[in-house]
Order: sequence, then C-alpha cells, then structure tokens
Amino acid sequence: MTLLFQLLVNGLIVGALYGVVAMSFVLIYKASRIVNFAQGEFLLIGAWTCWWLLTSWQLPFWIGFPITLVFMLAFGVILQIVVLRPMIGEPIISVIMVTIGLSIVFQAAMKWMFGVFAKPFPPIFASPTMNLFGLEVQTVYVMSLLISILIMAGFGWFFKYSRTGLAMRATAFDQQVAQSLGISVRHMFAMSWAISAMVSAVAGVTVGVVNGVSSALSFFGIKVFPAVILGGLDSVIGAVVGGLIVGVLENMAHYLDSQWLNWGNMYEIAPFYVLIAILMIKPYGLFGTKDIERV
Amino acid sequence: MLTTATAASTNAPVVPPVTAAKRMMLSVNNIEVVYNDVILVLRGLSLEVPEGEIVALLGANGAGKSTTLKAISGLLKTEDGEVTRGDITFNGERINGIDPDRIVRKGIFQVMEGRRIIADMTCLENLRLGAYTRRDNGVKDDLDMVFSYFPRLKERTGLAGYLSGGEQQMLAIGRAMMARPKLILMDEPSMGLSPLMVKEVFSIVQQINKDLGVTILLVEQNARMALQAASRGYIMENGKVVLDGTAEELRNNEDVKEFYLGGGNEERKSFKNLKSFKRRKRWI
Repeated sequence: MTLLFQLLVNGLIVGALYGVVAMSFVLIYKASRIVNFAQGEFLLIGAWTCWWLLTSWQLPFWIGFPITLVFMLAFGVILQIVVLRPMIGEPIISVIMVTIGLSIVFQAAMKWMFGVFAKPFPPIFASPTMNLFGLEVQTVYVMSLLISILIMAGFGWFFKYSRTGLAMRATAFDQQVAQSLGISVRHMFAMSWAISAMVSAVAGVTVGVVNGVSSALSFFGIKVFPAVILGGLDSVIGAVVGGLIVGVLENMAHYLDSQWLNWGNMYEIAPFYVLIAILMIKPYGLFGTKDIERV
Repeated sequence: MLTTATAASTNAPVVPPVTAAKRMMLSVNNIEVVYNDVILVLRGLSLEVPEGEIVALLGANGAGKSTTLKAISGLLKTEDGEVTRGDITFNGERINGIDPDRIVRKGIFQVMEGRRIIADMTCLENLRLGAYTRRDNGVKDDLDMVFSYFPRLKERTGLAGYLSGGEQQMLAIGRAMMARPKLILMDEPSMGLSPLMVKEVFSIVQQINKDLGVTILLVEQNARMALQAASRGYIMENGKVVLDGTAEELRNNEDVKEFYLGGGNEERKSFKNLKSFKRRKRWI
C-alpha cells in the first residue's frame, strides 16, 4: 500500500513537470499554431547549460540556475528570429517540419558537445531526500513541485490579466485582427518561444538533477504529446491536467505491471492507450476550445 | 468605352474647395495597389479626409473600398497586397509601407469588415485589447466611457462570440474607441444588421465623431445612411474615385440617386430603361 501511495505522489510530481512542459508547448501552439517537435530539446539544452555552468565554472546552483534561464530566454528569441521568422507566412506544416529538423540538430549538437553518457549534477541540496508525510521524497522533486505550481499560477495570471498575455491570445485567435489592434505579431512569436524555452529549461534542470543529464531527457518532449492532446492542444489548464493525468497514469500502470501483470514497460505506453480512448470520446481533448459559431 | 473613360478621368476628381481652416488629416494621393504582384485593384485612387469630419466611401462590390482602407491601415501587408505607386500621408507624414501595428500607434485604427471581435474572449478583454497600444492611465476611465455608450456590453459577461451581431458591432466600435485613435477607418458597420440596429450604429458613429472629435472614414453599402451621417463622400468604381463632393451634393446627384439611393429621374423609372441605361452608362 505504501508503494501505491509512493507511486501516486511520484506520479503527481512528475505529472506536474509534464504539465509545465506541456504548458510551454501549448504556449507556442496557441500563439502561432506551430506544433513544436523540438520541445524536448529545450529541456536538454537547458539542463546541459545549467550542468556546464555548475561543473565547468563551479558556480553555485542559485547563480547558475538564473543564468540558465536568462540564456534560454535569449536562446528562444534568437531561435525565433533566425530560424522561424523567415518561415512566417509559409504553410504551418513546413514550419512543423523545421521544428523536427531543429530537434535532430540540437540532439546531435548536444551529444557532440557533452558526450553521449549521462552526467550527474553536482549535489545541490544538503540532503538529497526529505521526509514528507512519512514518505521519502527527493528534495529536488519538492522544489520542482513548488516551481511547477508557481509557473502554472504565473501562466494563469499572464493569459488572463496581463496586457501581453491578452495580446498573445489575440494573436493566436487571428493574426490579422491582432495586427489591426496594434499588436506586433513578430514580437508575440518571439516572446512565446522565449518563454517556452525558459520554462522548459526549468523542467529540464529538475529532471537532470534527479536522473543526470543525457539525451534521454528529450524523451520528455514526446511524453508531453499525450499530455497536451489529452488536455486539448490550445488549453493551458488542459495542459496541466493532461500532464498530471499522464504522470499518475504512468505510475499506476507501473504499479499494476509490477504487482500482477509482469508484462514490462507498461510504464511507457499506458498514457498513449488512454490518449486514444479519450480522443475517441472527446476529439478536442478535455479542455480544447471548439469553434464558436453563431447560427 | 475607352474614350469615355479618358474623358471622365480628366475632369472627374475635382475636390470641391474645403474651407481653408480645415486641415487635411489624411490624404491619399494617386495610389495603386497590387495583390500578389499581379492583381491590380486600385488604379490611381485619391481622396482626402479633413480633420474632425465623417467621410463616406461608397461603391459597388469589388470597387476596392476595403482595399483602400487596408492600404491606409497597412493591413494590406497581411493579405499579400502592396501599394506600388502614390503615397498616403497622415498628418503630413508619409505612412505607406509601414507595418500595421506601427500605424495603430500613429493614431489610425481600422474597424474591420465583419466585426472581427475575438470570439473566445469576454467583452472586457476585447475592450482592454483595444487599448493595447496605450500606456497612459486613462484606460479605466475610457472603459467606463465605452460602457456608458454601450450599456448592454457591460451586462454581457460571457464570451464575445455569443453576442448578437449588433452587440458585436458595438463591441468592435467600442474596441476602436479604447485605442483613442485620431482616425477610425470603419468598414461596413451595418453589415448583416437589422434596419433598427443599423440606425443605432450610425447614430453612435455620429455621436463619437462629435463627442470625441475623432475623424471617421466610413465604407458603406448602405449609401443612404452613410450620406446622412457623413459630411463628404467619395464614390468609387473599378479602383478609382469617380465622383466626390459634400454629402449634400451627392444626395442630390441624379446618378447617385439612381445607382445607390434608388429612384432618380422619372423617365428612368421603367425597369427596362433602367437596365439598358446601366449597361450603357458606367461611371468611367
């Protein structure tokens, strides 16, 4: 029973991370209708940057981490200006192909720069695990949960109340209308990539601290698909809920598998089965917007 | 056909003298607009909008009215169109070729055809977006002002996509007011509205012109309403201005009466005559 509870907590924590990555995925999709296949690589680049600052420069985590975030912000903007801005006005499918290309390039570049083996982060917290309600939980997971909740609340506020958030939603709804309101669509795109890259890096660093940094991290980008589609491609709340569901499902499937079935690897595929089931019932996902049509 | 065209173009666009005190806020000088590098839509269009007035731009479908507005607001760029000749000056500054978002910052706001409100946002969010370019503290007061013009928008707390057509039009106008522009380009505010609602929308257009001192360039199919609200008018055909004058002059012009207002000369009353007449005589 404790195992089940432990797995549930793990699921929620990992699910919150999925949720965060899913949100940054949705952010790009909402602003520009681009499905970003290089999302997982953002995690990877963020994690490697932070690792490099911490090991090569011997910076303490509390300095290296913010520098990573600033770097990722700049990285997102530059990526948008150099690679994606020339693609504005091209068919969306071409842009999506470009993101697949980017994903391959980044993967290879990271392997070239940092090698193919997983490298552990230097210890960040005084004690790697802490006792939470009688459960052993990694300290970094607790931190990641707090950060995730903070980011989620931030996103919620940003899209509902901030001027830029509203402008981004307007851009997502109709670029021509957005421009007629005085919104610079190019700025909005750049900003969405920047924020997305930065938020993904937070997740990347967290996972890197737990499991070590390796190209396996970019697998997160694929795990995020069921989360995002489950919640509805264009819904921030959906992304969070989808992330949590996928996280919990994975761990429950693991429990089921290890206790009774012994099929192995249920962990990996269970979310995708559930994804198919949900899409059959709700094709827009749980929270996706249907088009409003006045008749 | 060709000979009449040249004859007309030499004497048609005579701008009647406007009182010297009136400053021209916007002048469009002999512009040519091409879509996709091949489709010529505007062929030497000129018009002027004096500060503080309502100017109507009338014409048949496909005459290029909406294109004219988009050329001014810069939105032409988003549709692969381009001003290839002539220039557009706003308060003495040449503005053609500038990005639409920068033109909004200069004080020109277009209310696009078909309302184009953001359906998955609330009224309030739509209005706040209207004030996107503003940095001053007057936004809250202006929200109250817009709600005083359109009290029913305040009651609607749901998504704007579920508003009625008239309410959406009011929201679109309110959104333009939130930007506090100097010039509003209005593209067919009466489209798809009931006659009663059309009256209401036009009275509001006149009211904000008077109260806020905002200049309005109005594109309309409903020529009768437009010429009642406007002080001056232009009539377009085939990408050119073919007739212009004060609203009074246009209302009394026989051709305008016939083509846009209905009725006209007694001897043209017969439908048979009218048809042959229309075929024979074009504006150009």
